[in-house]
Amino acid sequence: MTYIAKPKFHHPSLPKNALGYTHRDYEGKISTLCAGCGHDSITASIIEACFELAIEPHRVAKISGIGCSSKTPDYFLNASHGFNSVHGRMPSVLTGANLANRDLIYLGVSGDGDTASIGLGQFAHCMRRGVNMVYIVENNGVYGLTKGQFSATADRGSKSKRGVVNADAHIDLVAMALQLGATFVARSFSGDKEQLVPLIKAAIEHEGAALIDVISPCVAFNNHLGSTKSFDYVREHNEAVNRLDFITGRAPITVAYEAGSVEMVEQHDGSRLVLKKVAADYDAHDRIGAMTFLQQHAAKGQIVTGLLYVDKDPEDLHAHFNTVAAPLNVLSEKELSPGSAALEKINASLR
Amino acid sequence: MPTKAPISSVNDFVVRFANVNGSGSASANELFARSVLRMGIPVAPRNIFPSNIQGLPTWYEVRISEAGHLGARGGTDLMVAMNPQTWDKDVASIEPGGYLLYDSTKPLPPSKFRDDIHVIGVPLTAICNREYTDPRQRQLFKNIIYVGALSALLDMDVSAIEKLISEQFKGKEKLFDANKHALHLGRDWATLNLECPIGLRLKPCDKVGDRIFIEGNSAAALGAVYGGATVCAWYPITPSSSLADAFTSYCRRLRVDPETKQNKFAIVQAEDELASIGMVIGAAWNGARAFTATSGPGVSLMQEFLGLAYFAEIPAVLFDVQRAGPSTGMPTRTQQCDVISCAYASHGDTKHVLLFPEDPAEAFEFGAQAFDLADRLQTPIFVMLDLDIGMNHRLCRPLKWDDSRKYDRGKVMTAADLDAGKEFGRYLDVDGDGIPYRTYPGTHPSKGSFFTRGTSRDRYARYTEEGAPYADNMQRLLRKIETAKNLVPRPIRKNADKPTRYGVIYYGSTSPAMNEAIHMIEAKGRPLDMLRIRAFPFHQDVPDFIADHDYVFVVEQNRDAQLRSLIVNECGIDPVRLIPILHYDGTPITARFIAREIADDLEALKVTPLRKVVS
Repeated sequence: MTYIAKPKFHHPSLPKNALGYTHRDYEGKISTLCAGCGHDSITASIIEACFELAIEPHRVAKISGIGCSSKTPDYFLNASHGFNSVHGRMPSVLTGANLANRDLIYLGVSGDGDTASIGLGQFAHCMRRGVNMVYIVENNGVYGLTKGQFSATADRGSKSKRGVVNADAHIDLVAMALQLGATFVARSFSGDKEQLVPLIKAAIEHEGAALIDVISPCVAFNNHLGSTKSFDYVREHNEAVNRLDFITGRAPITVAYEAGSVEMVEQHDGSRLVLKKVAADYDAHDRIGAMTFLQQHAAKGQIVTGLLYVDKDPEDLHAHFNTVAAPLNVLSEKELSPGSAALEKINASLR
Repeated sequence: MPTKAPISSVNDFVVRFANVNGSGSASANELFARSVLRMGIPVAPRNIFPSNIQGLPTWYEVRISEAGHLGARGGTDLMVAMNPQTWDKDVASIEPGGYLLYDSTKPLPPSKFRDDIHVIGVPLTAICNREYTDPRQRQLFKNIIYVGALSALLDMDVSAIEKLISEQFKGKEKLFDANKHALHLGRDWATLNLECPIGLRLKPCDKVGDRIFIEGNSAAALGAVYGGATVCAWYPITPSSSLADAFTSYCRRLRVDPETKQNKFAIVQAEDELASIGMVIGAAWNGARAFTATSGPGVSLMQEFLGLAYFAEIPAVLFDVQRAGPSTGMPTRTQQCDVISCAYASHGDTKHVLLFPEDPAEAFEFGAQAFDLADRLQTPIFVMLDLDIGMNHRLCRPLKWDDSRKYDRGKVMTAADLDAGKEFGRYLDVDGDGIPYRTYPGTHPSKGSFFTRGTSRDRYARYTEEGAPYADNMQRLLRKIETAKNLVPRPIRKNADKPTRYGVIYYGSTSPAMNEAIHMIEAKGRPLDMLRIRAFPFHQDVPDFIADHDYVFVVEQNRDAQLRSLIVNECGIDPVRLIPILHYDGTPITARFIAREIADDLEALKVTPLRKVVS
C-alpha cells in the first residue's frame, strides 16, 4: 500500500553498479497491485535493467496512461519524474516530452486496454513516427481495475473468468508494430525475467521506437482454465525464437558461446546484443520474415517471444525533424526570438 | 435609364466580387485590394468562401474607407458578378443606385437586371477568347482583365497595380509581362468603350501610414515564434490550419541555426486533436514552450486533456480560431461561439484563461504573451481568434518587439535551488498567489522529482483520496485564477464625451464594427461608454464598469450571449442590466447592425424601463 512508506535502510553489502547505486536507488513506492500480479515482475525487471545499465535514475522520464499497468511507474525509479496521463494517450504525451528534451530516456508504460483499445490510434502513430522510446505493454488481455472485461488483445475463443467466450478477433500489437515501422520489436513474458531484462536493456539503448509486448497474467481476472493469458497457458505455448545477452560498451565477451548459434548485433552507442538463436531459421533483421513467422505460429496457437525484429540503423523523430543537438527546452530568448530587426523587415514586406 | 441616381462616392464604398471557387480569382481580387492600399486608402477585404476546393460560389468583399473603418459595412456598391450560380442573389444585393460589372459576351434578358442599378458590361470572355488559345490562360487572365477594367472605371493609379504585379512576379519577367498585358487589355477596353470613371472613385490619399496588411493567423504564428514556442502539434481544421502553416514557414526562415542548418523547432502534424494537445502537454511538462492551433470541434476533442492540464498544472497554449458551430456547423464562417466551451473546458471544476485579440497586431502580442502567461500561471491559455481576424488580411499597426524582453519562464526550481536546500513541494503555495514551483524532468539526481497525475494528491504530489487535501488544492487553484486577473491584458475603457447611463462591452473581432457604430449611435445623440474586454478571468474593471452604468450592452457574435453569461456568472451581475446584442449568421458583424440594434433597444428602454434602477 502506498501509504506504507518503504524503509530507507538497506544492507551495507548490497551490490553497487558503475555509478555506485544499489538496486534500492532504482525502486519506487510499494506496489498497490494484487499479490502475484505479472506487472510487479515487469517492474522488477525494469529496476534490474536500469541498475545493470547504470542509468542515472533522474535521466529517465516515465510516462503512462490509465489502468493497472499505468500505475506501475510509481513503483520504480523514485528519482525520476513520472507522468500518469489520461487513458490511451501516453504516446502523445511521451512524443511531446521527447521533442522537448531529446537527452532523457523515455519509458512509456501501458496496458492492453490502454494501448489496444482506446489508445490504438496513438500507439500506431508514435510507432510510425519513430519516437525514441521504450514502449512496454503489460498485456493481460483483460481490464483489471473495472473488474474483468475482455480487452482487445484477448484471443478469440478464450474464456473470461465468468465463462463468457470472446467472439472478437484479437489485436496483435507486435504484428502491428512491425507493419508500422517500429525499429525494435520484442515479445516476452512477465514470468521470464531472464528473457525480459536483457530485452529492456537493449530497448533502452536502441535509438528509435522500441516495443516490448509483455504477456503479464492477471491473477485476479485472467489466470483460469480457458484463458490464453494465464501463467500455465503462456508457459505451455511460449515459443522463444532467441535469447538475448546485452553487453554495454566494448567490454570483452567472457561467456563462451557455441559457434553458429550466436549473432552479435552492434548498436550505435557501441553496445552489443548477443542473440542466441533458439529457432535456427529465425532472422531478427527481416521485418517481413518476422511478420510471416508470427502469423504462422499464431495460427498454431503458439506465442512467439524474444527479440523479433531489430533495425541496426534506426532513425528517430528528431532525425526526421533535423532538430538541433541541444534540447529544445533549454533554448532561451537569445536563440528563439528572431529580434526586432527581423520583425521590421517582415513589417516592410507587409505594406 | 436607371430609376435611381448613381451612387457617388470617393474613397468610401464596398466592392464585392462574386466568383467560382478554384477559378484563380483570389489573387486577382487581392491584387485589387492591395492596389487601393498602395494609393494610401485603407481597405478591409473579407473572404466569404465555401467548404469546397472547386466549383462552389465564393465572394471577396473589399471595403474601401478613407475614414479607416475596417469592419464589415453590409451592402454592396459595386458588384463584380462573375458567377452565374449566384447571379440573382448577387444582383439583388446591390444598393439602389449601385453598379453591376458583368461579362457581357453573351446577351442576358432584361429580366436578369434591375432598373435601379447601373449596369456595366465588359465582354470578358470574348476578349480572352480573342487573345488566348490556352483554356487555363483564358480563365486566369479573365480575372486580371476585370481588374484592369476596374482600374479605369474607378480612376485608379495603374502604376501602383503594375508595381504590385512586378513585386509578385519578381524574377519571372514573362509572367509579369503577361499579367501587365492582361491588365491593360481590360483597362484599354474600358477606357475606349465605357464612360470612365463612374460615380465611385479612388483618389490617392495618405491614410494608411506605416500600417501593415496581414492575416491574424500569420500574426499569431509570428507571435508564437517571437514568444519562444519550440513545439507545435496540430491537426488540420479550417479556419486554423493557416496558423500552423504560417508558423512552419516563419520557423524555416527565422529558426534554423545558420551554422548547423538544424531546426530550433519541432512541428508535428498529429493524427487528431487529442494527440496534438497530448503532445503539447508532454512538451510543456518537459519545459518546452508548446502550442496547438485548432477550432471549436478540436477544442471539444481536447476536453479530457484540458482537465488534466488544468489539474496537473501544465502550461499549454491553444490558438482557437473560432468558426460557426455546433459540430461542424459552418466551417468557413465566422463566430465567437467557443467562449464558454473554452472558459470552462473539461469535466470537474475548471476555469481557463482566455485572451481576446481584436486584430492581427494584438494576435501577435497576445500570441507571444500567452507563453509567458502559461509558464507563469502553469495552466492552459487560450488565444481566441476567429475566422474574421484569422483568415482575412487586416490593416493594423506594425508589429513590435523589444529586444531586451526576457521570457517569463515562471516558477521553476533549478538543481542549484534544490542543492541550496529550498523546500520543494510541487503543489505548495509558497508565495500566497496560488502558484506553486515546478521542476523539469531530469533536473537533479536525488531531489525535486515528483509524479504528475490527474488524480488527487497532497501538496507534495503524494497520491491521496482524502477530502481535505483535495479541497485545499482546489481552493489554491482558485487563488491562482485570482492572480491571473491582474496578469492578463486589462480591459480598455473609452468614455463618451458626455456623461451617460449606458455602456457597451465588446471583444475580439467585433472591435472595428463597434468603433464605427459608436459614431453612428452618438450622431443620434446617444452617448455610450465603451469597454473592450481583452481577457478572462475578468479584471475588476469589468464589474466596476457595469456598476457605473444602469444598462450595459454586450455585443457578441454568437446566439447564446456567451460572454454575457460569463460576466453574469463570474461577477455576480443582475442579468437584467446586461442587454445582449447578438449577431450569429456566420457573416462578420457590421456597424450598421450594431447601431440599429442598440438604437432600437435604447428607444425601448426610454419608453418602458425594464425595472426601476436602484442606485
